[in-house]
Amino acid sequence: MTQPSLPSSPERRTFFHWLTYLVSVAATIVLGIPLLGFLFGALRKKQEQWYPLGLVKDFPEGQTRMVTFDNPLRQPWDGMTAHTGVFVCNLGKDGEKKDQFRVLAVNCAHLGCPVSWFPRSALFMCPCHGGVYYENGERASGPPPRGLFPCVWRVNKDGKLEVQAPHYPSLQDTLRNPAKI
Amino acid sequence: MKRILAWLDARLSIRESLLPMLTHPIPQGAAGPMGWWYVFGSASLTLLVVQILTGIALSLVFVPGADTAYESLLYLNFDQPLGWFIRALHYYAGSGMVVMVLLHMAQVFLHGSYKYPRELTWVLGVFLLLCTMGMFFTGQVLRWDPDAYWGIAVGASMAGRVPYLGPYIVHLLLGGPVIGGDTLSRFFDLHVFIIPGALLFFLTVHLWLVLKRGVSEPPIPGKVVDPNTYDAHYEKELRNGVPFLGKPLLRDALVSALSVLAVVALAAVIGPKGPSGPPDPTLSGANPRPEWPFLWLFALLSLSPPSAETFIMLVFPGVLIFALFLVPFVSRRGERAPSRRPVAVLSVLVIFTTLGVLTYEGVTAPWSPKMTAWSGDPVPKHLLEKRSPRQMQGAAVLQIKQCRNCHALDDVGGQRGPDLTTVGGRMTRDQLIDQISNGTPGGGNMPAFGKQMSPAEMDALVDFLTTLRGQGQPAPEPTSPVAGMVRP
Repeated sequence: MTQPSLPSSPERRTFFHWLTYLVSVAATIVLGIPLLGFLFGALRKKQEQWYPLGLVKDFPEGQTRMVTFDNPLRQPWDGMTAHTGVFVCNLGKDGEKKDQFRVLAVNCAHLGCPVSWFPRSALFMCPCHGGVYYENGERASGPPPRGLFPCVWRVNKDGKLEVQAPHYPSLQDTLRNPAKI
Repeated sequence: MKRILAWLDARLSIRESLLPMLTHPIPQGAAGPMGWWYVFGSASLTLLVVQILTGIALSLVFVPGADTAYESLLYLNFDQPLGWFIRALHYYAGSGMVVMVLLHMAQVFLHGSYKYPRELTWVLGVFLLLCTMGMFFTGQVLRWDPDAYWGIAVGASMAGRVPYLGPYIVHLLLGGPVIGGDTLSRFFDLHVFIIPGALLFFLTVHLWLVLKRGVSEPPIPGKVVDPNTYDAHYEKELRNGVPFLGKPLLRDALVSALSVLAVVALAAVIGPKGPSGPPDPTLSGANPRPEWPFLWLFALLSLSPPSAETFIMLVFPGVLIFALFLVPFVSRRGERAPSRRPVAVLSVLVIFTTLGVLTYEGVTAPWSPKMTAWSGDPVPKHLLEKRSPRQMQGAAVLQIKQCRNCHALDDVGGQRGPDLTTVGGRMTRDQLIDQISNGTPGGGNMPAFGKQMSPAEMDALVDFLTTLRGQGQPAPEPTSPVAGMVRP
């Protein structure tokens, strides 16, 4: 009569230990990666989008105006929160007869509050901590560490001024020089 | 009936688990008059229960969607029966919870209750404070009005200053490249799932420690905490202890009930807070302000020099929190009575005075320009009497060029720059022209208006300003060293 093998020989026990560890690690990985991937989906790069602000000839030369539009970077359910404003100034034609514009984001370079434009004193003022900028966007006074964030713009074939849909700008993630996300 | 109860207890073992918890003895002293100091923790807990109940109620109607959140808040305020009251109660019970948590902390600190063996109880208390503040901030965002929108903007701009990782943190915080529906969903998640989950976990451990390590006995001057002898001494205290389920519980219940009555009264009388306006970021006149528990930080940031700003935003809060965590490990033993711990008493006084003063500054915010002063605040009549037409014209220039947004006349107007009511007695004509044309040297407080003003406007303005002198105040000497240095 042969001796029946013990149900838990040391080798068998060690094997099951390691098998349990292995399976648990595998379960954690297949669960964790999609969860983290979902969370970090916010970092996915959105495609560059342009928005037409209007015909070049409709912007009087030398006048700064706020233009509002729906940011194309919006989600369909963003509602009025997607409204965005930029300050546009037609600078006239340069030496090569090309239209030149100055397009500035509304966000103060200090902490992002919305600046207001005062044409009579030609200043942008921020209601939060009193940052002030000159008409060309340069810092005039107050706590901002730099001037207003200039947007990227172009004039399309139909003679319309287009602005690149602005993300929320911050000091290391400006509109002209976005962070590589 | 008795048999049903016996059967239930045979399954649940309440008699041997929960009952001893409720009837656990507390030191005799804590049941005496000194026990009135011990009521703030349970009051915080009661207000938390109010928050959970009102929070569940609000979530039945509130829609965490960027396009409809505002409408659902208006519906709560005006259409849903008692919606206005539940919204108000959620706000005032939350505010009350912050107050109670701070009082609880101050009491524990002043009585040295955090010392051995209750260090971990304090540490968990700090976590609970952070959760409470986190709930307040995320709750403000759910109000989805301009304050919420720009509050997130400010928070994101601060996070954006983190070296290297800033932009990534901003996008993770906003849930994408812009503030929108994804942002609101994130803050809803934090406010309803993540922070409450953490808070309830920390609270469970905090209460577990209160049971296991016991309530501290009221401090007696001269009776020092020594980790080697404390446990034996405390056990002796408990032998003449009083069960918590009794007089001490009644006292807690009384203060808790009074707190509830107070927040209900506030909610009923004052009503719900906001929403202040539709969440349209292009609306002019936005004047974002943080909620009151954060006004002190707003003021601190505004009053600090720009060079120290990034440090105060990113490092300073961490230092503060770390210091709070360190408290029970730095001072683990020794005297507990406030009368023998002058430094502790002084610290509490200094900290609360500082917070109070900063909060007051945050409410008045004298550093913020008053964006409507130029068109809204009139020039006081007595400053216009007996003035020449040109000087009157100068007064008009002062308004039109938005000077009033930063400069007050007779204390009315912006407070960012000096009041101009008597500026003619302080500065000469030449000094005024220099200041207005070039602003504060080195890009200080005042922008340069040189390019924004015609010579005629400048002449009229300065003519007016030089007439602004107090009664009998002479014009300043024209030979001041600044004058004549820079002339346009």
